[in-house]
Amino acid sequence: MKPGKKRRKALVDSSACVACGCCVKVCPLQAIEILRGITARVNPDKCVGCGKCAAECPASVIRLQEVEA
Amino acid sequence: MKKHWYDYLWIASLLYLVLGFFNILFAWLGLLCFFIPLIIAIVWGNKGYCNRYCGRGQLFGMLGGRFGLSRKKDIPRWMKSKAFRYGFLTFFFAMFFLMLWNTYLVFAGAQDLKQVVTLLWTFKLPWNWAYHGTLFHPGVAQFAFGFYSVMLTSTVLGLITMVLFKPRSWCVYCPMGTMTQLICKARNGRSV
Repeated sequence: MKPGKKRRKALVDSSACVACGCCVKVCPLQAIEILRGITARVNPDKCVGCGKCAAECPASVIRLQEVEA
Repeated sequence: MKKHWYDYLWIASLLYLVLGFFNILFAWLGLLCFFIPLIIAIVWGNKGYCNRYCGRGQLFGMLGGRFGLSRKKDIPRWMKSKAFRYGFLTFFFAMFFLMLWNTYLVFAGAQDLKQVVTLLWTFKLPWNWAYHGTLFHPGVAQFAFGFYSVMLTSTVLGLITMVLFKPRSWCVYCPMGTMTQLICKARNGRSV
């Protein structure tokens, strides 16, 4: 992977997450888990930024953020 | 993605609502939707019920998703605020205890059984066709009418927000979800 290339990763706003787990169900790479019933967390190593979780999230608290690859 | 047995629990939720039209005493089964999430949260400290077993969530997900009965718009900011979620939980609790109080009054003989289902805490729908007597005290039936009112009301609210916002918008302000998350926070600590 070229250094400096931007990639998109899902990011959960944990303070507003209701931990319903809708995102977990739609993630094609099993990159999201619900931590101890409190919030969802994305594993950035697995996330490819497809955005399915962000679209599914009923509270719309997941957004895609550009990060350095 | 591989389907599990629990991915079909929406059938149970749908069946529950249907059964309430035939015999109100089936409403008692709804207690499972109250106790199972609480037990999972208290014993295992997670929201396994919301995450896997909630048939109602699956039903909304299916109707709003596969059947397209949802605008799939963002829920308003205030509806996902802690103030609204905790406020709704408190209100729901208050209405629940009011229902328990009415049940108590029937058990105590101070009030007659009312064969009505109260929708949205306001509209009293005659529901006498679903009551065929009980082997037990009329109070048992009163609880069933009250509990079914709670379940039907929350389903209607969930359907409305499903259509207006995202399929599982109900999950954002579901009192059981809020309560189990609070239990998990208390049990596991606020920081993750």
